[in-house]
Amino acid sequence: MTKFTILPERQKQIHEKDGKSFAISCDRHSVAGSVSQRACVFCGSRVVLYPIADALHLVHGPIGCAAYTWDIRGALSCGPQLHRLSFSTDLSETDVIYGGEKKLRRALEELIPRYRPKAAFVYATCIVGLIGDDVAAVCRQVSHTTGIPVLPVHSEGFKGTKKDGYRAACDAMFKLIGTGSVDAVGPHSINILGEFNIGGEAWLIKDYYQRMGVEVVAVMTGDGRVDDIRRAHGAKLNVVQCSGSMTHLAERMQTEYGIPFIRVSYFGIEDVARALYDVAAHFKEKTTIMQKTRALVKAEVERIYPQLQVLRRDLAHKKAALYVGGAFKAFSLIKALKQLGMQTVLAGSQTGNADDYALLAKMCDPGTVIVDDANPMELAKYIVEKQVDLFIGGVKERPIAYKFGIGFCDHNHERKIPLAGFEGMLNFAREVHATATSPVWQFTAHRKNCDNALTKAGVPC
Amino acid sequence: MLVAEKSSPHYTATRNPCKLCTPLGAALAFSGIEGALPLLHGSQGCATYIRRYLISHFKEPVDIASSNFSEQSAVFGGGDNLKQALANIRRQYDPALIGIATTCLSETIGEDVPGILREYAQQDGVGTLPPLVHVSTPSYQGTYREGFHAAVKALVTALAGAAAKKIRPLAQTINLLPGMLSPEDLRHLKAIVADFGLSAIMLPDYADRLDGAQWTEYRPIQPGGTPVAAIGQMGQAVATVQFGHVLALEPGAGQQLAQACGVPLASLGLPIGINATDAFLTALETISGRATPSAYRAERGRLVDAYVDGHKYVSQKRAIVFGEEDLVAGLAAFLAEIGLMPVLCATGGKSGRFREAIHTAAPDLAREDIRIEEGIDFKTVETLAAETEADILIGNSKGLHLARALQKPLVRVGFPIHDRFGGGRVRHIGYRGTLRLFDRIVNSLIAQRQNTSEVGYFYM
Repeated sequence: MTKFTILPERQKQIHEKDGKSFAISCDRHSVAGSVSQRACVFCGSRVVLYPIADALHLVHGPIGCAAYTWDIRGALSCGPQLHRLSFSTDLSETDVIYGGEKKLRRALEELIPRYRPKAAFVYATCIVGLIGDDVAAVCRQVSHTTGIPVLPVHSEGFKGTKKDGYRAACDAMFKLIGTGSVDAVGPHSINILGEFNIGGEAWLIKDYYQRMGVEVVAVMTGDGRVDDIRRAHGAKLNVVQCSGSMTHLAERMQTEYGIPFIRVSYFGIEDVARALYDVAAHFKEKTTIMQKTRALVKAEVERIYPQLQVLRRDLAHKKAALYVGGAFKAFSLIKALKQLGMQTVLAGSQTGNADDYALLAKMCDPGTVIVDDANPMELAKYIVEKQVDLFIGGVKERPIAYKFGIGFCDHNHERKIPLAGFEGMLNFAREVHATATSPVWQFTAHRKNCDNALTKAGVPC
Repeated sequence: MLVAEKSSPHYTATRNPCKLCTPLGAALAFSGIEGALPLLHGSQGCATYIRRYLISHFKEPVDIASSNFSEQSAVFGGGDNLKQALANIRRQYDPALIGIATTCLSETIGEDVPGILREYAQQDGVGTLPPLVHVSTPSYQGTYREGFHAAVKALVTALAGAAAKKIRPLAQTINLLPGMLSPEDLRHLKAIVADFGLSAIMLPDYADRLDGAQWTEYRPIQPGGTPVAAIGQMGQAVATVQFGHVLALEPGAGQQLAQACGVPLASLGLPIGINATDAFLTALETISGRATPSAYRAERGRLVDAYVDGHKYVSQKRAIVFGEEDLVAGLAAFLAEIGLMPVLCATGGKSGRFREAIHTAAPDLAREDIRIEEGIDFKTVETLAAETEADILIGNSKGLHLARALQKPLVRVGFPIHDRFGGGRVRHIGYRGTLRLFDRIVNSLIAQRQNTSEVGYFYM
């Protein structure tokens, strides 16, 4: 008997668009026992800082946090690969009893001469504060003895949600910003924030800006370099993607250095074109930038559009569900799916805020389910009830789709091909097409039994 | 390009760990109980990271709940969170058992989990509770191996205790404590035991749950696993068979069943290789009173034949074997019997029993000049590479960077296998599993030779 239970504490975080007023509860600590798809504060910090390739990333705590985040993202670097190593103080029972400060200091003072990083980030995990370690003090001392910035990241897992981890990462980076020379930075210059170079996406985006005649000072943090971040305050505009993770940094830079910021997304033709035009518009005094941008967008769209139309033929009218980390990505995906003729019937995120969800509701058709901080059972319920053909999500969502014989597209840290930019839109369409048109679904039990088992159980199919 | 590590000073930090944390092992063990849901008492991240890690290997849904500590719970205790988690798990999953494992956070604040569970059970309107089995698994103590076996022991202690006074032995029923084998191994084991006319209570048994079929209808908890009731009968079995030479030296579930219920314990090495599989089948002969079925004699014959056909490819070659202690010990014994020298046996675990386990598994290795390292990480293994002059690496997929740095083939075994398909279907054990492993090892060495030659040999 198919039975889906929505916990009473969770009901306000799920909204089915019904034409009436929109209300959803969000920005909450996950419900105990709900099996949230979210990780923790540490996760938020780790994913944001991880792509900085010439920094040492030392996880201060027992081994788990470092082991599970070893080389976890497909964030590519064209140079140093230091970010891909896993360093941990690997605290043991005696450290928990006597404190881990000495061990932390020793670890840093051995690793820094060996790996010669441009900076070190020290991630405080759950028990660090509880055992009385003063991580900030150790970082100060080691910074003094080694001569490089050693930055504490206050990412104790329980001290909030993943979003608080983003904030801690931004605060750590903010300490680096302003410490480098901006002499060489030109007037038409930007920082790219919230782009992590998964599958080389930052390289694609950087290439667009360079073709437009816009200088990129720092990418935070894809293919990131400490020295670029140190001079990021020289840029004239911050262009923020993945707004959940990096808006805090953009705001701090606006307050401290007067750098304005805009929010963009690089997923889907519409949004990537909008991003480039918005940046060009910011530098309107230099008219060649807008001219070049127009030419670039035209050339790129002309290149991919005919191919998209071919793929669209097999995808039109299919239904999609998406569950992603940040809500901003959901907006773009809904538009990108529309471009392919597909309808989004379930949209959710781990960390969206009230404004995000209101916008999401506005973008979606009636009947669409919007969910904050979902769990596997809720996702299963709606992909079955909404008769979804495609699910877009990450590693933890994938088996839910597959067990029901539903196509899946990875849109997470592990992807190997760029899904951003114009090229990325074509890749995305191909990914969706490859799963949606696979002949394997003819054998899958759920689709075969749709008419009997589930309908008997009262679940529309 | 990942450059090979050369110098070898000591580092305080662990660089590229060759181990996983204790709660992962407990969560895996609890996932092998029918209708059970694991619950980690700590931060949300622990449960989610471990889920992700397990899903990437098994490609199956893995639900693990969290009590999700907040700052307040870290200061005042997480009792309320734990109770709320229990209530919500029951509402959503209606589980047959909840396996509660602690984390470094709840252990550091000194949480009295048994006390909280008692309070929860005494609350008004709590109804009929499923068994709540608690295991202490601070991640600063031991590794996933310890967490796994501690959870198995906690299950036996909590559920099989009632049968302490062996009321009526269950004829032809044995307990099987397989350790951390693959779902494919577990299926094979069950078939072997059944072929001796025995029925096995295998604890845990995630064969179906972590390598199952498509859903025809939604099941909050994937089907399969050791039935809770069966664990209650373990005290009535005629014998317990457990695998692992490190485990044999520890007071685990097998010893518990022997002491509390008088169930004789046969503690064997992992049945990898001819000698170890012979020992396992001999034990089954003794317990069942039946001779080994002819099909297994035929399998053994094919395996010996393959050993002979392939011995020149592996003889005097040198291997680095790494991972969980008992798997490494089992593999070392197998490699010793084919003449492929396990010149470096490495584990991130610190049981203090690794060397003894390897020497018990493969007594001949005690006379060989091989390195046995516990509490080691991958970067340190890399520094030992020059002196080991290894031809092949055998271990989990986290050895990839090491294999690339050394430019040697990696044969993926055990857990995790994140960069190849079918991690749950790798077969390691029995004559058949050994044959498959042998084929893979021989072919890796052949491929290495073929790929590094310009000739393009047709015949290898």
